[in-house]
Amino acid sequence: MKRIEGRVKVTGLATYAAEYPVENVTYAYVVQSQIAKGRVKHVDDGQALESPGVLAVLSCEHPPDLAEDADPELALFQRREVAYRGQIVAAVVADTYENARAAAAAVRVDYDPDDHDVSLSADHPGLYRPEVVNPNFPSDTQKGDVEAALADAATTVDVVYETPVLHNNPMEPHAALAYWDAEGRLMVYDTAQGTSPSRATIAKTLGLPPERVRVVSRHVGGGFGSKGTTRPQAVLAALAARQVGRPVKIALTRQQMFDLTGYRTPTIQRVRLGADGEGRLVAVEHMACEQSSTLVEFAEQTATPTRVMYATPNLRTGHRLVRLDVATPSWMRAPGEAPGMYALESAMDELAYAAGLDPVELRVLNDADAEPDGGLPFSSRNLVACLREGARRFGWERRDPVPGIRREGEWLVGTGVASSTYPTRRMACRAVATMRDGDVLVRVAAADIGTGARTALTQIAAGTLGMAPERVHVELGDSDLPKAPVAGGSMGTASWGSAVVRACEELKRDGKEGRADTAGEIEADAKLARHAFGAQFAEVRVSSVTGEVRVARLLGVFAAGRIVDATLARSQFLGGMTMGLGMALMEETVTDEEFGGFLHRDLAQYHVPACADATNLEAYWVEEQDGELNPMGSKGIGEIGIVGTAAAIGNAVHHATGHRFRELPITPAKVLLPRF
Amino acid sequence: MEITLQVNGVPRTVDVDSRMSLLDLLRERLGLIGAKKGCDHGQCGACTVLIDGRRANSCLALAVAVDGSEVTTVEGLATGEDLHPLQSAFMEHDAFQCGYCTPGQLCSAAGMLGEPGPSAVTEDILVDPDLTPEEIAERMSGNLCRCGAYVNIVSAIGEVAP
Repeated sequence: MKRIEGRVKVTGLATYAAEYPVENVTYAYVVQSQIAKGRVKHVDDGQALESPGVLAVLSCEHPPDLAEDADPELALFQRREVAYRGQIVAAVVADTYENARAAAAAVRVDYDPDDHDVSLSADHPGLYRPEVVNPNFPSDTQKGDVEAALADAATTVDVVYETPVLHNNPMEPHAALAYWDAEGRLMVYDTAQGTSPSRATIAKTLGLPPERVRVVSRHVGGGFGSKGTTRPQAVLAALAARQVGRPVKIALTRQQMFDLTGYRTPTIQRVRLGADGEGRLVAVEHMACEQSSTLVEFAEQTATPTRVMYATPNLRTGHRLVRLDVATPSWMRAPGEAPGMYALESAMDELAYAAGLDPVELRVLNDADAEPDGGLPFSSRNLVACLREGARRFGWERRDPVPGIRREGEWLVGTGVASSTYPTRRMACRAVATMRDGDVLVRVAAADIGTGARTALTQIAAGTLGMAPERVHVELGDSDLPKAPVAGGSMGTASWGSAVVRACEELKRDGKEGRADTAGEIEADAKLARHAFGAQFAEVRVSSVTGEVRVARLLGVFAAGRIVDATLARSQFLGGMTMGLGMALMEETVTDEEFGGFLHRDLAQYHVPACADATNLEAYWVEEQDGELNPMGSKGIGEIGIVGTAAAIGNAVHHATGHRFRELPITPAKVLLPRF
Repeated sequence: MEITLQVNGVPRTVDVDSRMSLLDLLRERLGLIGAKKGCDHGQCGACTVLIDGRRANSCLALAVAVDGSEVTTVEGLATGEDLHPLQSAFMEHDAFQCGYCTPGQLCSAAGMLGEPGPSAVTEDILVDPDLTPEEIAERMSGNLCRCGAYVNIVSAIGEVAP
């Protein structure tokens, strides 16, 4: 089905957070810390306050009232301590954007700097074992005796893979437009992946009851996790609007986004694999080192996919975290799975070569019939079908496994494969369906961040009601609607859709209205391992002259339950694969060791795939029936597309060149290095 | 400073701050939110409009520098209720997800279709090349799409390209 909001998006009428026409609006611009650690001695706002059009300067010199238990990343101007370079230390509000920006440059901040530490390393003395990793998994797991099994294994692999800081970089910068109405109610147009959770966070931060806050996000220009938690601009807009008594708009700049909107932690991952003479895994160990800030413990679940993927009697996984003078990492598309599966699936390729096995056959041989850690049965698992179907479509059987022997002029050619996986979950959600003049209005505080949620929910409702989609109208993106969870964790359609189905079922019985709350239904879900799986195949061409890697073909096959809408699903799979291509070859934010913060701060330095980088991509899926998921029988598809892509491409680069590059991204400089 | 420009065929006279970009003029003063601010540094293409018929990053043009120009934004591509063929093709091919880069992609494509001459991927630079998918992808690489709709963007434009 075509996207319901397609017409407003192609005509420029779709309204994003910073774009609502609000009378008398003012503009805020932030001042960021120039030191990575220390204390703000004094904020001199004299010159800024005298600048044209300036209405207010906010800083720790006059801390605004905020809840004492506010998230430290949102507790603006409450403390003088600086936790990372780029942290917000002041903000200027003025009548125009130009005046606010100029006055922000005139704010003078004096610091008492301390020595900082911003470098993650595998032998950092501050590494510790977190209690849990996101969202609530044990940090470490152990089954059997990995050391003994490795000692007896016929083939072993012991490798370290590294991934850099990655930034989500949605096209729409994080923005907020806030005002307080005559009754003292706060209205925020926010770039939020969920208006219900955004309202709860903003209300909590400001110490307000939730009903005094309304958050609206009708269109969101991408998020990929970075808009899944409330970012400081929403709180700042609310505070500034309270102070100046007028609406305040703030749109972060692309540069500010690198500091203030989260990022994917860098990882250093050691993977040890042992296989018997036939290639069956006898031991798997996956340990990940990663970072968080001194403000908040954010522990990415990097090694958790290894608890799901391959059958083995001996399995150990774990995470070690170090708290650095950096901004807090946050959610980025397939947190955990994307970096973790890069390491595991690259190591599996190395094992295939070490054991003399085909990489597809090695994975098929080690397919699991129950979750390797914990032994839960799968609700459905069709990894093998994806591998087989992908191999057939890709022409894998023609592959000569010998690395580094295919040359076309300056180009070395190779192919690679990797598996994908992502958990299937759903969260409690409410929805209301109402009959109105023969049409049905479905109301749910879902979010459409580009996934096509409006369109998917319309089809789900229409299917349940047995009506034409044209007669169903879905309203979302507003916290005044029935409470709904975030568009994140590939849970959106499953969570909202469950509530929409139940509301529509009740409407059918009632004739006028149906109301649903799925909390009880979800609590009663059977205890099963629920995951989507996939297989990705890449063909790369590596220039022996420049070191450039071009992805000639990228083909993914996924098993994700029932596909609600083929058009939307294909687009999301391709989008995830495109981002995975960027992770493999170009995306990297370099940390500024000397001054703290990041050296890469815009899209000229942080490269994301451009059109010419990513055009020969194909996404398919296999039929999968699973009655243990939700009324739609669907698995989330927003994230699995990025999982495994980087490994498939990296494995193809090895096949092309004969070299293993174990640090992402695989840039020309790294490719050329083995020649010198 | 007072300037006059044609925006989507309508003459507009505005008093602008000399520091104001054309993009901010469109978005903050003229209520034309179609042109998007993605980076404000000419790196993403979300703000692409047509200035005197040529595609340009409106974030890199100061408003005072386009005095007297004709500017077309995404709001000006359709004729009344009739969508521009590119707009229809983008909907047909699902050539967008979040939609934030879409106005820039559309204006860029509209400008690109009128640009003769070779590109970096053209084999024979003495002959105007056919707009193959490879040529389209190359010529559209100034417009980033983080949702990764490139495959569909190329097929949408390919349907409209001569």
